[in-house]
Amino acid sequence: MLVLSRKKDEAILIGDDIEIIVTEIAEDKVKIGVRAPKNMKVLRKELLEQVKEENIHSAESKVDLEALAKVMKK
Amino acid sequence: MKIKTKFFGEIEVEEKQIINFVEGIPGFPEYERYVLINDEEVGFTFLQSIDEWSLCFITLPPATIVGDYSFDLSDEAVEKLELEKPEDAITLAILNIPEDFKKMTANLRAPIVINVKNNKGIQELLDGDNYSMKHQVFKGDV
Repeated sequence: MLVLSRKKDEAILIGDDIEIIVTEIAEDKVKIGVRAPKNMKVLRKELLEQVKEENIHSAESKVDLEALAKVMKK
Repeated sequence: MKIKTKFFGEIEVEEKQIINFVEGIPGFPEYERYVLINDEEVGFTFLQSIDEWSLCFITLPPATIVGDYSFDLSDEAVEKLELEKPEDAITLAILNIPEDFKKMTANLRAPIVINVKNNKGIQELLDGDNYSMKHQVFKGDV
């Protein structure tokens, strides 16, 4: 992995159209600005991890459909 | 073709019913082909994998859970789905159904979006904190 040192307001370019800017530095947190084409999804990684977990959890649950049907009819 | 399902035994699926999740669904990247099964008895829509019988998501349209549910679909998603107009899309929220049904939750933050015109599907991840991944389906007593 490429590791670069950056100060506040300094940026990194990835390819022609992605820019990552350090906008604020605090003790244990940095604020990062991302300029990227609109059709490129920018995500907090842990959010995707949460979706995975949630999906796996959903798919693994054993559901008694008959019992569920009774509850849903109420 | 006949496929084996998690909840409905063997069912007949026509080629044109197959929904393609080209990127898979997060957590299950290897499974791309699904079919929707509506079960009026329970009132849910089942997103059943064609290639793995034990993989089936139970879903509901989010608007049945939160009346004014709405979101902006990202340009990336619109491109991937080749979606021409919003009316061509159906949206489903994956449910998490524990043994105690009352504690059922819906993932409103990452809805399944399907273009009914070409049967392409994705799971979209919404920006912002408007919706929860664990939204309580039942409020109060069931």
